[in-house]
Amino acid sequence: MNLPVIIKFVIDLLAVLLLALGIKGLSKVKSARDANRLAAFAMSLSVVGLLAYYLGTSGIAIQSWIWIIIGSIIGSLFGAILAKKVPMTSMPETVALFNGCGGMSSLLVALGVAIFPISGGQENFDFFKSLINEVSISVSIFVGAITFTGSIVAMAKLQGWLSTPGWTQSKVRHFVNIVFAVASLVAFFDLINGNTSSIWLLVIVSSLLGIGVTLPIGGADMPVVISLLNSYSGIAAAAAGFVVDSQLLIVAGAMVGAAGLILTQVMCKGMNRSLVSVLFGGSLSAQSTASSGSGEYTNITSCSVEECALTLEAANKVIIVPGYGLAVAQAQHTLREVTKKLEQNGIEVVYAIHPVAGRMPGHMNVLLAEADVPYEQLKEMDVVNPDFPATDVVLVLGANDVVNPQAKNDSSSPLYGMPVLDVQEARTVFVIKRGMSAGYSGIKNDLFDLPNTSMVFGDAKKVLNDLIGELKDLGVGEK
Amino acid sequence: MSFISLLWVLLLGSLLGLELIGKVPPTLHTPLMSGANAISGITMLAALTLIVKAEGNVPLLIIGSVSLGFALFNVVGGFFVTDRMLAMFSRKPSNKK
Repeated sequence: MNLPVIIKFVIDLLAVLLLALGIKGLSKVKSARDANRLAAFAMSLSVVGLLAYYLGTSGIAIQSWIWIIIGSIIGSLFGAILAKKVPMTSMPETVALFNGCGGMSSLLVALGVAIFPISGGQENFDFFKSLINEVSISVSIFVGAITFTGSIVAMAKLQGWLSTPGWTQSKVRHFVNIVFAVASLVAFFDLINGNTSSIWLLVIVSSLLGIGVTLPIGGADMPVVISLLNSYSGIAAAAAGFVVDSQLLIVAGAMVGAAGLILTQVMCKGMNRSLVSVLFGGSLSAQSTASSGSGEYTNITSCSVEECALTLEAANKVIIVPGYGLAVAQAQHTLREVTKKLEQNGIEVVYAIHPVAGRMPGHMNVLLAEADVPYEQLKEMDVVNPDFPATDVVLVLGANDVVNPQAKNDSSSPLYGMPVLDVQEARTVFVIKRGMSAGYSGIKNDLFDLPNTSMVFGDAKKVLNDLIGELKDLGVGEK
Repeated sequence: MSFISLLWVLLLGSLLGLELIGKVPPTLHTPLMSGANAISGITMLAALTLIVKAEGNVPLLIIGSVSLGFALFNVVGGFFVTDRMLAMFSRKPSNKK
């Protein structure tokens, strides 16, 4: 072992250690930010280590430097710009996009190695000689392609650029996907048999498989899918590690892959869905039209902002239930102003956060934190549910499915079994909503029909602004 | 490095990943996902290897460079965006006082 090898070995070891500590730290609120920076540092360290190793051994050609610099600058620049510019509300689709690009990177590496077997080099770099290399190239391409197209579809669906086509909800989709899967398998074996050109078939069918698998999945399940795709991109990285013979890649990829799986599991639990039903069950709305669950609203009470303000003024305890509608309306800051006024009047205000409020677990916490809501006021579902009977007013802002009592009462409902917030137990419930349209699941919400529920129709931000005006007129929050 | 030892690395890495994420508060699901996602951009090392070993093969250099670009987009964007999210949590205590 010469010096460059030893240096690289030590740096790799250190990088793995720091990455592990980073992931560990990211799972605790206090250490999360430092942990993220630590992981970023570990990543840059690993780059330095690799470059130093090549400088010390084979050297790096000028031409290589040029392409390294071009790729790095363009990639980092776009990444940094997007990360700075993107609004907090579109975080899920941003993560999906980044993730897809990670998968694309693994795919390209494997493709590059497969098409242009690299000659020479310190290690034995003639790839197509051993079965192992072919297998790892195939896996890297397969998983990388699925990650890429799957993530892009997920992003497009979350952005609303893509809706769920009707045919994907019928049984046909299983047939289509099985055909894609079998075709990838065929391409894979063909590749091992030495037919290099079938690599393109593998690229194409695994890309199609990624689309075919993600397209039928309903928006409510998208967070789970993104988390799963995130896990895949780890696996793709590990496979790329086998392709270029790098332990660091394998360890880091495996860590992300495994951690992603656990996170996916945690999310599924929060939504009371099994991973299998998310992946193969289609979207919830399709099931609801099949069952008799829809039906008409019979007993809607609508009320004005003024009434709402009067009731709020008289309350002792108010629980806010924020949902994605709040995020879409960018109303989190306005909401904070309303609650500030209420608090100044001595009213206890708490935010009830459903595990999947927003579009991604924890998304709502991020948005409310952005609006300076104190961390202690955010209560998780299990903590806040026993409080509803002793609550005077519940304000439901752009949330729908997570407050649907059907999930508890109606065993025929597709939502049945999903943990929900028991808002109907409160004395009065105000639902601020743009219209009577259904929530993400497309299912009728029985809550709206209850006698203690009043609907305040309008855009969340506008209603909250009006509410501030009304509260001002009532003298709330002015000492 | 033999294939068998690489498999060991894979196995131990997976176990480490399973072990690291125990109890995660829902607040951190999004940042954790985004942070882990940034780490999966470690394929940038594979892209670098490809470029260094290309030895003047221009198509390969281009593939490597594009791959590096995608990976760094993932890494840089992922870490920045995670930091932005986490910054919102960490400024909380100072605002309270």
